[in-house]
Amino acid sequence: MATIDLTETSTSAISAALTQARRSMGGPAMGMVLTLIIVTNEAEQYDAVRAATHAGREHPSRTIAVITRRPQADSRLDAEIRVGESSPGETLLLRMYGPLGQHADSVAAPLLIPDVPVVTWWPDAAPPVPAKDPLGSVAQRRVTDAAAADAPRDMLLALARAYQPGDTDLSWTRATPWRSLLAAVLDQRHPELDSGQVLAEPANPTADLLAAWLELRLGIPVQRRESAGPGITEVRFDTSEGTIMVCRPDGRTATLSWAGRSDRKVALHRRETVELIAEELRRLEPDEVYAETLRALAAGAGAADQAAGAEAADQ
Amino acid sequence: MTAGAETGGIAPANPGVITGRAEEARQGNPLRDPRDRRIPRVAGPCVLVIFGVTGDLARKKLMPAVYDLANRGLLPPGFSLVGFARRDWEHEDFTQVTYQAVKEHARTPFRDTVWQQLSEGVRFVPGEFDDDAAFDRLAETVRELDVERGTGGNYAFYLSIPPRFFPLVVQQLKRSGLADGRGRGWRRVVIEKPFGHDLASALELNAIVDAVFPAGSVFRIDHYLGKETVQNILALRFANEMYEPIWNRGYVDHIQITMAEDVGIGGRAGYYDGIGAARDVIQNHLLQLLALTAMEEPVSFDADSLRMEKEKALSAVRLPPDLATGTARGQYAAGWQGGIQVPGYLEEEGIPSDSRTETYAAVKLGIDTRRWAGVPFYLRTGKRMTRRMTEVALIFQRAPHLPFAATDTEELGQNALVIRIQPDEGVTVRFGSKVPGTAMEVRDVNMDFAYGQSFTESSPEAYERLLLDVLIGDPPLFPRQAEVELSWRILDPIEEFWASYTKPEQYPAGIAGPASADALMARDGRTWRRL
Repeated sequence: MATIDLTETSTSAISAALTQARRSMGGPAMGMVLTLIIVTNEAEQYDAVRAATHAGREHPSRTIAVITRRPQADSRLDAEIRVGESSPGETLLLRMYGPLGQHADSVAAPLLIPDVPVVTWWPDAAPPVPAKDPLGSVAQRRVTDAAAADAPRDMLLALARAYQPGDTDLSWTRATPWRSLLAAVLDQRHPELDSGQVLAEPANPTADLLAAWLELRLGIPVQRRESAGPGITEVRFDTSEGTIMVCRPDGRTATLSWAGRSDRKVALHRRETVELIAEELRRLEPDEVYAETLRALAAGAGAADQAAGAEAADQ
Repeated sequence: MTAGAETGGIAPANPGVITGRAEEARQGNPLRDPRDRRIPRVAGPCVLVIFGVTGDLARKKLMPAVYDLANRGLLPPGFSLVGFARRDWEHEDFTQVTYQAVKEHARTPFRDTVWQQLSEGVRFVPGEFDDDAAFDRLAETVRELDVERGTGGNYAFYLSIPPRFFPLVVQQLKRSGLADGRGRGWRRVVIEKPFGHDLASALELNAIVDAVFPAGSVFRIDHYLGKETVQNILALRFANEMYEPIWNRGYVDHIQITMAEDVGIGGRAGYYDGIGAARDVIQNHLLQLLALTAMEEPVSFDADSLRMEKEKALSAVRLPPDLATGTARGQYAAGWQGGIQVPGYLEEEGIPSDSRTETYAAVKLGIDTRRWAGVPFYLRTGKRMTRRMTEVALIFQRAPHLPFAATDTEELGQNALVIRIQPDEGVTVRFGSKVPGTAMEVRDVNMDFAYGQSFTESSPEAYERLLLDVLIGDPPLFPRQAEVELSWRILDPIEEFWASYTKPEQYPAGIAGPASADALMARDGRTWRRL
């Protein structure tokens, strides 16, 4: 891994340094499949860049971390370039000081790889309308994370209002293992489902989306209830012949309980950010199922809130 | 069964899927949506029964592939694995053997929780293939699994055993009632190459399996077709606009399909002697690569359309008029391969000293279609060659006119498009480029696409893909009987000619093949690509 530090620099100097670094390593970096822009701050950049670098093993890419610092200072651009021998792809940490931070897109644009898609990821705070953000509008795919927000549910509702094709959220990505397991469960012959429940720790946007998805697809009422966690702990369906239930109390292994059958264990890990971002980068076309689910969640938000309120009153 | 009978009449849209109730439930599952690309194709509830579970293939490939599938979340809850073999084992012993195999050979990292889930569904049934009681126990075991684990009466039988046992096992499956789903659940049977050793034996073998299982539920595994790069031939040709217009006799001079191995026969003496390189590799892998390279565009990628186009290509294959000059064969002699002194084929353990089995085979084939008339396809395979390499190379014609001085293009060869199957999977395009400098000098350069670089670490093993396809019931990647028969029709005359005629020519280990193979190319004014 070669690291090149450039202070008070420009994009053309960065491009030149990149070309130089690649050449000294024997040949131009070929076959990069995308540019990933990470919009972050100094405190959060390490984890995000690390996840992106790992995901880069599956999707060799140019990762551009846009880090804004000290908005009151004079405009300045510092760059840290990492070109790996052991890992494919390149990482650029761009630190923008002063008013330049408001014009990050002018720095990122010349550094995008031609001909390949751009993905923008906000690991923590996201702009109100991702598709209208200067760094979001250059991207085919915009990745937010409602779980990082102070009020995840409100954030989802805001994302629903702002939705444009190409938007996606990591709290939806986190639902994939649950969704595929539940789909596999319902692949089996089963009695008609009457209603469902999703139990998870409070403020878990993944559970909100999962409940909305089940309700939308199955056409039955699905209640979102709270548990101690971690994450989603239980999904159950009530049927005329008893319950079908998937429990995951420890965040690792789930048990499928089906009235009249013996219990079965299923591995169901909570996944690391690396795996989430890798899944997110695997497909870059608009996620229509996410869009529909988000819309359904927003539409049902009023009713669901009422139900939750009634339940709180019961207890 | 012939191609006509199998494709005759109105074929079902997806003949490999034996639609049982479980499949209907899957299709009606509101949680599944073709637009939902995040939810993977997961196999339905089922039992995989492996015969010959103590063999190398089962330990090194099948059981690790099952684990890798489970680890990737592609197996349903309740999936069960039953081993059947002639060992005095309990379930626990077999579980331990599976555990070892998975630990040693799995592609994905080992996770205890995944293993726990998998091991709960592992069973073992000891017995001989002629033991009725053992098969009754097997039937009982899978039915228990249906109740305990909800596998829904869906069974896949993997015959990882020598073909001479097929009649016995298939009959036992029928006798014990395992072969018949009686409308409850599906039955699939998986068989491995060799699919016979000539046309007659392939027909015989098929008759045995066909008597018990319908053609649509027989899955013939040619693991080459599970390789990403082989499937990529289809993507390259039919998803792009820039290759197909030149993919014909108007531009292509000839095509070379190579599978070279650096190893000798290793421990396979018993199987290999009498079979030889042509039956072992050309009949299946190389002719499949030829079919994929030469075929017309299928109307869709469903099993029927794809196989039909491959069959058309294979049925148009024409042998060289003189087999003496249009084929070559060799047998490796002692020599140095990759810096190691190695024995010759005749000195290998278990090989008779007068064996006439070839370890190298090359053939020149024509394809009688408008697209390929006059374009030779050169196929070659060999053991103990310079290095391990499999590729399909399209060598293009020279430009009809070169507006350069003759000296400017002295170093310019023919353009080539090379699909590298293994190792270092990818595509290379070779073309002429100006050498920097004041003079107009043109030289060959390569433009390279490396599969491993653009999609690092995401390629599943061929067996993972194929096993999943079997469990899902998705047959496009499995050759059907008609293709097997067509390949034998191509190879049988060559084998007969070789049998009646020459001893294979000796070639020292570590080189690119016998002199007669080079002469075959030289007669056409061409050379083999360097290994």
